[in-house]
Amino acid sequence: MAAILVRQVSKRFGRLQALAGIDLEVAKGEFFGLLGPNGAGKTTLISILAGLARADSGTVRIMGRDVKDDYRGARRALGVVPQELVFDPFFTVRETLRIQSGYFGLRANDDWIDEIMSNLDLTAKADVNMRALSGGMKRRVLVAQALVHKPPVIVLDEPTAGVDVELRQGLWQFIRRLNRDGHTIVLTTHYLEEAESMCGRIAMLKQGRIVALDSTANLVHRLHSLELRVRAVGAWPAALHSAQAGGNSRLVKLHDYLELEPVLAALREAGCRIEELELQQPDLEDVFLEIMQRKE
Amino acid sequence: MTGFPTLLYKEVLRFWKVAIQTVAAPVLTALLYLMIFGQVMDRHVRVYDSVSYTAFLVPGLVMMSVLQNAFANSSSSLIQSKVTGNLVFVLLPPISYAEFFAAYVLAAMTRGVLVGLGVLLVTVPLVELTVREPLWVLLFALMGSAILGALGLVAAILAEKIDQVAAFQNFLIMPLTFLSGVFYSVHSLPAFWQGVSRFNPVFYMIDGFRHGFFGVSDVDPLASLAVAGACLAVVSALTLALLKSGYRLRN
Repeated sequence: MAAILVRQVSKRFGRLQALAGIDLEVAKGEFFGLLGPNGAGKTTLISILAGLARADSGTVRIMGRDVKDDYRGARRALGVVPQELVFDPFFTVRETLRIQSGYFGLRANDDWIDEIMSNLDLTAKADVNMRALSGGMKRRVLVAQALVHKPPVIVLDEPTAGVDVELRQGLWQFIRRLNRDGHTIVLTTHYLEEAESMCGRIAMLKQGRIVALDSTANLVHRLHSLELRVRAVGAWPAALHSAQAGGNSRLVKLHDYLELEPVLAALREAGCRIEELELQQPDLEDVFLEIMQRKE
Repeated sequence: MTGFPTLLYKEVLRFWKVAIQTVAAPVLTALLYLMIFGQVMDRHVRVYDSVSYTAFLVPGLVMMSVLQNAFANSSSSLIQSKVTGNLVFVLLPPISYAEFFAAYVLAAMTRGVLVGLGVLLVTVPLVELTVREPLWVLLFALMGSAILGALGLVAAILAEKIDQVAAFQNFLIMPLTFLSGVFYSVHSLPAFWQGVSRFNPVFYMIDGFRHGFFGVSDVDPLASLAVAGACLAVVSALTLALLKSGYRLRN
């Protein structure tokens, strides 16, 4: 059984086709990334998983529970950290977490609430009103709220937007630990280096469709291109194609590592003396840009 | 266990935390009405033979406070949650639309009845008042607050901004409650306006409620009960249908 199963899900807002026949399966225990530019449909997809919006067609199951027919089961299995920094200004941190816990039918849940607060460094703020918290602290409470009912599947919609570096590190450590403990994590983020370092598998969305779905390693290796930046003294061999790259440097495009040695040999033969050399590998951002800029 | 008791608790706690504004202030407003109107009118107006104007005024003011505050509670809570986005915390858990309805309406009734009790208590030293048939009093207070609580939900579901709820309150709820015989018996109105009043459902709620105090009223309390019951059924059905569809809440 998959943690998340999405079959042929479509959603339209007026004339905008927000999602066009999405198929997706996330296995239990995965750390999964959902990437795409603004308006690609990430938040719409998450809203449908969470029951905050209804799909026009298709099926969605969380831990085998249909989000419509067995919405109680599906919602119990899912914890969502929403993108916007929302809070109820009437309550303290502890009240907020107790109330959220009660919404899931869990009345005597203080031990777990204390544990979450301690893990997220919220204990000192337990009796502070939500209004008085900084943005970063409010973000932690949002994470805590998503965890009160110990959901097996956790969705984080841009959890680090506007969060300072220190908190971001702490948050990722905590989420990694949740993943190690067996929770399935689905993450959307605009910080591609975060997705690259955290996610085992990634889906890229564009205009409501999945345009790439693969392991992070495969995606990064998908671009068969390396760039060799060389600063050399001497006459550049005419046969060696290159582009100027600022200063005295030149850029040579390679398809793989096997092409490296012939380039160096050509430079040696031409009598060039290499002063600086750097091999640049593509990262997720290059792959993302390549896929997003690709014409249909 | 479901989320219903917690949602009800949260909704009650929400207004109780600001009770000065949500309970004490409307009690004071009603008291001011009583002092001003009672003082000015008591010597000039007598509605029923055995009842002074000030005594006549009290049940109307109590019921008006019950109704207005029930509406204010559900409508302001839901629209604020919608506008600020924290409604998501209620939409994510496994709470059914019927539980959602019941929690918001019961909390609205709680605030309405609390304010009503408050108004009644502060008028005790000022006016001599007996309750002849307390069951009518209780029944109309509960039904009236439930109807207005549900209407508050409808207003907040339909509205997209806080001022749209305020418009609903100022242009519909306020005129309906003020022109319902709180300050006068409809029998003192010209025939045309008496006829118009009969189309105002709030008139029946106040008249039936008042009957519980004096044992006399403009309309047979059973007829008022039938109108209030029909209103409750229609407004509840509408609210439940809106909640079930997820209109402007889940999209």
